[in-house]
Amino acid sequence: MRKLGMVMAAVLACAAALGVSGRGSGDQGGGSITGKVRFTGTKPAMPMIDMTEEATCKAKYTSPPREETVMVNANGTLENVFVYVTAGLPAGATYPAPATPVVLDQTGCHYVPHVFGIMVDQALQIKNSDGILHNIKAKGTKNRPFNISQPSVMTSERKFSAPEVMVPLECNVHGWMHAWVGVLPHPFFSVTGRDGSFSIKGLPPGTYTIEAWQEKYGTQTATVTVTAGAPKTQDFTFAAH
Amino acid sequence: MISAILLLALHATPLPLPPSSSPVQDTAKGKAVYVQWCSGCHGDGGAGDGPAAATMLPRPRNFTGAIYKIRSTASGQLPTDADLIRAIDEGLPGTAMPAWKTRLSDGERRDVMAYLKTFSAFFADTSQHVTLLRFGSAPGGGSGSEALRVGRLFYDSIGCRKCHGDQGRGNGPSAPTLKDDAEFPIFAADLHQNWRFRGGGTVADIYRRLRTGLDGTPMPSFSDLIDQKWLTDEQLWRVAQYVRSLSPASPPEVRDVIHAPQISEGGALSIAPDDSAWNRVTRYWFPLVGQVIHKPRWFDPAVSGVWVQAAHNGTTLALRISWDDRSQSPDSAWLPFVRRVLGTVASDDSVKPAPQLWPDQLIVQFPVAIPEGMERPYFLMGTQTQPVYQWRWTSAPRQAVAGLGRGLERFEALPAAAAPAAQAVYDRGGGEWRVVLSRALATADTANQLQFRTGRAIPVAFFAQDGSNGENGSRMAVSSWYFLALDQPTPPRVYISPVVAMALTFGLGLLVVWRAQRPKRGTTREGTRAA
Repeated sequence: MRKLGMVMAAVLACAAALGVSGRGSGDQGGGSITGKVRFTGTKPAMPMIDMTEEATCKAKYTSPPREETVMVNANGTLENVFVYVTAGLPAGATYPAPATPVVLDQTGCHYVPHVFGIMVDQALQIKNSDGILHNIKAKGTKNRPFNISQPSVMTSERKFSAPEVMVPLECNVHGWMHAWVGVLPHPFFSVTGRDGSFSIKGLPPGTYTIEAWQEKYGTQTATVTVTAGAPKTQDFTFAAH
Repeated sequence: MISAILLLALHATPLPLPPSSSPVQDTAKGKAVYVQWCSGCHGDGGAGDGPAAATMLPRPRNFTGAIYKIRSTASGQLPTDADLIRAIDEGLPGTAMPAWKTRLSDGERRDVMAYLKTFSAFFADTSQHVTLLRFGSAPGGGSGSEALRVGRLFYDSIGCRKCHGDQGRGNGPSAPTLKDDAEFPIFAADLHQNWRFRGGGTVADIYRRLRTGLDGTPMPSFSDLIDQKWLTDEQLWRVAQYVRSLSPASPPEVRDVIHAPQISEGGALSIAPDDSAWNRVTRYWFPLVGQVIHKPRWFDPAVSGVWVQAAHNGTTLALRISWDDRSQSPDSAWLPFVRRVLGTVASDDSVKPAPQLWPDQLIVQFPVAIPEGMERPYFLMGTQTQPVYQWRWTSAPRQAVAGLGRGLERFEALPAAAAPAAQAVYDRGGGEWRVVLSRALATADTANQLQFRTGRAIPVAFFAQDGSNGENGSRMAVSSWYFLALDQPTPPRVYISPVVAMALTFGLGLLVVWRAQRPKRGTTREGTRAA
């Protein structure tokens, strides 16, 4: 599980990097917002997942896998928090979708990454590394849904047409498999990793509303004024409840 | 903006959403039809939340999301007008949605279709594209053993069994966890009952569902597999043909009378459910419906019908009853499902039932005595003054008891010695209960126990409960009264009389012919003499 977490963090980092590299050059050298998402209170115990029905997946774990609704890091921060700009971008600005796809892998009957962002019209490559039957269902309300079957090692590609935070993804063969994708018309989003930090780069100077979304604890917003060349820090804190 | 884009549209033709097809669709008239006929279930705002919705599983369609199960378009895409009209015309078998073709005029159905599209902004969004899938037609030889072998092979390899089970009765390992998009519990289809398939039960219907998926449910689309050449179009058709082969050639006909043949006088009557002797006895299908008469009512029974066979040997009667059941209740794997069912379905019980691991139950009901006239006790377990005689079989404890029903609430068990002999088999892979109940035709306790007699129409009714669907108490599936007739052995004279009659007729005929053709010797001689 630990290892998977590392892999996931790495994939997340890659995805974030891709997101940045796919932006227009006009964004280079802008301001940035970085911060940490902290967690206070008692860390909730994540239920174990019984994969007895799926020997292929069960064999990939040395200790029983657990749900990932709340992932508290060793430094008391939260992993898998989606932080993004909700308001403040220049009116009429458009941001082309990167040509590089975002990859969502199904491995060990588990989605990697668990939370991620994608731009409108950017390709999502859905990979089945397990080689056993998964179906992947997107349950957006602003986007049309999809539900496709992948009975073996294969990759399918889909896109989202409308901004929507978040679109739930799930597998019905394995009811415990959930992932969340934030679909945005711009590249100003980030997902907290194993150190609980996020970083939104390349923002033109201005005042922005940013939102942090956590699967169980909901959302928090903050207003941040960004100036050229000066990184701004904005932390969030979610309390156990 | 483009809707979920499909790659490799090898078998698909992207088209703009077809313009509202002529003739004119009048949404104002459609609204009037909707308010009168549809809103009771689908709600004034089309959100699938009308007054009747709360008791239904599956729930009525929520039109606001424009997500439809039965389409000819790719996964997640809007349906065509023809798809919507089909659902209105034919209804959705196995659900509360009836067919409106004969109830509403062509214009009314067209108008109401146009109106229900106004509940979602997606239909007005001109950027929405649909991909009309090209379905072609079924390859030949679909019912041959080679076609079915290939179909079965791919049924396994594309993972159908994960939800639908090894034998297709909706009892796969993932079945107890299934939810629809609204988080309501949903059954994987029982593939042995194609007359209840939402989009129709033909091979072509099944193939289309495999291609399009059933949006809003766990059933995915398998079109990507063809696009990626993981399997061929023909192989997917074979899956559809295999699935079709699991159901009878035509929907079972409901007949009023179960004929129980008499096997050889005094011969052994097998009460083993899987004895091959049962293969020679006719099966009768009796549909069951929810018990919606007495509170707490139950609109969502899991058992849609029972197959019944009966035989006797002059002294003992045996009934073999089988029905599709996704689990051998109580089964802890299904407890979360029970919780979701009871949490979803509105109860008119005074206290909301707490989810429990209930057993499965089968009740066979007779009158206490064979009625002389047409009058029978109240079908729903009799009344205080006019009780019924019942056999009650439960899966846990695995036993059968006999007793008197005096209404839904009151059952007076007879002593254990009065219980029918019972043998039951739960076919875990097949998802089926097979139960044989047997009793002597005549017993000493004539006051409380029905005395079976040959040659009489004996009223009989059936009730079933699936514990893993939250069924207990009055939450059950019920039938109305039918009849059981114990056939009399054919007396030897039935066979001998015709032979005797034929022999006599033949003999008399011969006599007549012989007499007619006999030379009239006297006359001839006289003639000769005359000559």
